[in-house]
Amino acid sequence: MALLEIRNVTRRFGSYTAVDNVSISVDAGEFFTLLGPSGCGKTTLLRMIAGFDLPDSGEILLDGKNMVGTPPERRPVHTVFQNYALFPHMTVADNIAFPLRMAGKSAHEIKAKVAEALNNVRLSNFGGRFPHELSGGQKQRVAFARGLVNRPRLLLLDEPLGALDAKLREEMQIELINLQKEVGVTFVFVTHAQDEALALSHRIAVMNRGIVEQVDEPSKIYGFPCNRFVADFIGKISMMDAQVVEAAPLYLRLDVGELGEVTTAGKYGVQTGDRGVIAIRPEQVRISHPSDEPHFTNYFTGRVHDFLYIGDVTTYIVELANGARIEALLPNSAPGRATFFEVGDEVGISWRHDSGVFLQ
Amino acid sequence: MKAEEAQRKQQPAKFFVAGPPMLFLLLFFVAPSLIMIVTSFRFPGEFGGLAPFAPSSVPVAPIGTPVETGFTLEAYEFFFGDIIYAKIFLKSFAVAAATTLICLVMAYPLALLIARSDKRLRNLMVLLVVLPFASNFLIRIYAWMIILGPESALSHFINTFLGAFGLGPVSLLFSPFAVLVGMVYVHLPFMVLPLYTNLEKHDRSLLDAAQDLGAARWQRFWRVTWPLSLPGVFSGSALVFIPVLGMFAVPDILGGTGDILIGNLIKDQFLGTRDWPFGSVLSIMLTLAVLSVAGLAAWFARSSGTERAG
Amino acid sequence: MSRGNRWLWLAAILVYAFLYIPLAVVVIYSFNDSRLNAEWVGFTLLWYKTLLNDHEMLLAARNSLIIAFSASLSATLLGTMAGLAIHRYNLKVLPVLVFTPVAMPEILLGVSLLLFFLQVLHLTLGMASIIIAHTTFCVGFVAIIVRARLQGMDESIFEAARDLGASSWQTFRLVTLPLIMPAVVAGALMSFTLSIDDFVITFFTKGVGEPILPIQIYTMIKVAVTPEVNAVSTLLMLLTLVMIIIASRLEANALADKTSATGGGTGT
Repeated sequence: MALLEIRNVTRRFGSYTAVDNVSISVDAGEFFTLLGPSGCGKTTLLRMIAGFDLPDSGEILLDGKNMVGTPPERRPVHTVFQNYALFPHMTVADNIAFPLRMAGKSAHEIKAKVAEALNNVRLSNFGGRFPHELSGGQKQRVAFARGLVNRPRLLLLDEPLGALDAKLREEMQIELINLQKEVGVTFVFVTHAQDEALALSHRIAVMNRGIVEQVDEPSKIYGFPCNRFVADFIGKISMMDAQVVEAAPLYLRLDVGELGEVTTAGKYGVQTGDRGVIAIRPEQVRISHPSDEPHFTNYFTGRVHDFLYIGDVTTYIVELANGARIEALLPNSAPGRATFFEVGDEVGISWRHDSGVFLQ
Repeated sequence: MKAEEAQRKQQPAKFFVAGPPMLFLLLFFVAPSLIMIVTSFRFPGEFGGLAPFAPSSVPVAPIGTPVETGFTLEAYEFFFGDIIYAKIFLKSFAVAAATTLICLVMAYPLALLIARSDKRLRNLMVLLVVLPFASNFLIRIYAWMIILGPESALSHFINTFLGAFGLGPVSLLFSPFAVLVGMVYVHLPFMVLPLYTNLEKHDRSLLDAAQDLGAARWQRFWRVTWPLSLPGVFSGSALVFIPVLGMFAVPDILGGTGDILIGNLIKDQFLGTRDWPFGSVLSIMLTLAVLSVAGLAAWFARSSGTERAG
Repeated sequence: MSRGNRWLWLAAILVYAFLYIPLAVVVIYSFNDSRLNAEWVGFTLLWYKTLLNDHEMLLAARNSLIIAFSASLSATLLGTMAGLAIHRYNLKVLPVLVFTPVAMPEILLGVSLLLFFLQVLHLTLGMASIIIAHTTFCVGFVAIIVRARLQGMDESIFEAARDLGASSWQTFRLVTLPLIMPAVVAGALMSFTLSIDDFVITFFTKGVGEPILPIQIYTMIKVAVTPEVNAVSTLLMLLTLVMIIIASRLEANALADKTSATGGGTGT
């Protein structure tokens, strides 16, 4: 039985549907992420799990019991808020002790647990400090400690890393993964940053406009997006109109207009004649001189329309004969030269016979 | 609906917290106001106060004098019947307008300076503006009795000056001039604070941009600072105009017999002649005047410059 | 300092002079050895001595203090509740009831309460009526201060408390109350000051019984002006000065450090 089960939950605000008949299940010990652009309903859903909002219909089951109607203070669920929400008039230790006090634990037990929690987030000497004396990263760790100290059934995290700068964010991401493994509490994490979701999660639910588009492991979300929204939202992707010419169990042959044909991996449920797009990730596309031998089966020539140099890699945007633009990623591993190709150069691009995904 | 159920559960807390202040104010603010409205339609009693609503066996007047009971529009007719009351209302408006204008002219440079000073100096300057407010209201008026009194240095100075031109001695005190000075003095902080609050939020770079585009000092003020400060001007003006309309202490202490304003009239009706119905009518008229001014100020503030200057 | 600023400074100094010279005059003449507030004769503490022997005045001061304490207590209680309610719940009526007495001319409130007390409650005017009247107009000030404080705070703190297991009452006691306390105290001090100083409303609701300080001063001004008025004025100024400074210190303190506990930052 799943730890958390969300069954057919809907929430409307007037004529606007924020969460539309969503069903998700989260297993114990998972790091589960709700990912989507702002306005997709992920925060609304999170608040309903926490108890600060009520669904208009549907159930939210924790350990098999419906929580809807139970106020937040009586749910074994805690939240780490986006701006930490530490109590400014209490010390770090008192902040962390708060849920234990509310649960009626003895002073002795509280002291021990607070010390342990501070240790877990490596803030052992900070117990006597006040929130306004801490840096952003430290406040965040206190917020984590406070949410985890009495081992709730579920910890909800509402974009907690949003306010941190890039470097600190990366460090905190690693800390978060380790913390979750150590403590073993089930996390439900909300973010709009897809790279963060891919890095941290066991499973991701991609949401858009109130509905769940796909729930899967990060590698599957990335490698096998189920529709155009997911493909486009996660990472970079290039798309070209295509029509199925042959649908075999292990491969698909697609007609891409004047460019000819393209093959891609087989996909269940696709039939000859279906229209859609072939979607390719930049790292799957090899760029080469037109005079070189094609690397892979799917090969086309085109012109470099633009490129983006980011230090470790350069992304080339290549325009093909039919006007389609495909992104190709080239690692800058060869020393000395900044770029291999200039705007306007003729190049060849290719990808494996089973790369890419056909989406309808 | 589930969401509404939870809201209904919130109700008890709401009543406990909002209930007591609400009850208190209904009883001691709303009810008295309603009583005042009802009183304006009653007959005045022979010895002051009100005549009884219904004929009673207890004598309320010397035997033989007719006692009128019930409701009447007599007090209203009295008010509208004599032009003098309209004149006094007009005079009160004039005094309020003059006070507001003078306060605006005096407060604006100060508020501007405070807004432009750096943080620590700013707090000190604001405190210095507020401190006179700490002294008792009457003291602030009394102080001007001393300064404008016939034996004061100022009076001597002015009269000697006028004497040189052959003009007669002038009494500064117990005059419209004194009333105006008193009104301005008492209400000045109320104009400074809203102005300062508004000016402080102005974006400095707007002025820099204007200067960069060729605007001279005066133009920068008139075309950038002034329009953006209008909401502050209106709040400050309302905070001065409205209290001045109802004030009676200043004319009472600093003014002469001919300088009475609405407030003095009302005070006389309730504590002097004790014609309560008429006093109520006057109060209601004052309330209506205040409401219209407040409404006007709110409308102005909303229609001009509601965008934040920052 | 730019040229324009020089004019501003001049105007500012003139305005400050305008504000303070009259008060300075009152204070100085309270030490003047002369019946008339005309010219300086010599230094004396005679008027302060007269003041301390003036039984009527001392009684008035005592009464005013009692009234101020009581009114500020009830106004703070009701005003804090009102400020909380207005901030938390979407109320239509209460804000109007609370804030109107603050905005309208005091004479209207004074007069309507006079009518109400005599006509409806048949209450003899005295200390009780004054305390009620003062409470009525002070509630709004306290509510404004408390509400402003609440508006400046991060809402998620209260949610966090409930999220971590606190009931509504516990949230109020452990989180809300400590955090609004500076505003509550500032409101109490403000009410106290307003009550001690109030003239207009007291004038109408006092009746003929007990002497009250501002009314005493008024009578002295109108009837027989002696520098004793200056002396009592100076003492009152001192008292309210202290109150205002305490109140503003509390507000500044509270806003400065404690509210920066939320929000992100850089660094580890």
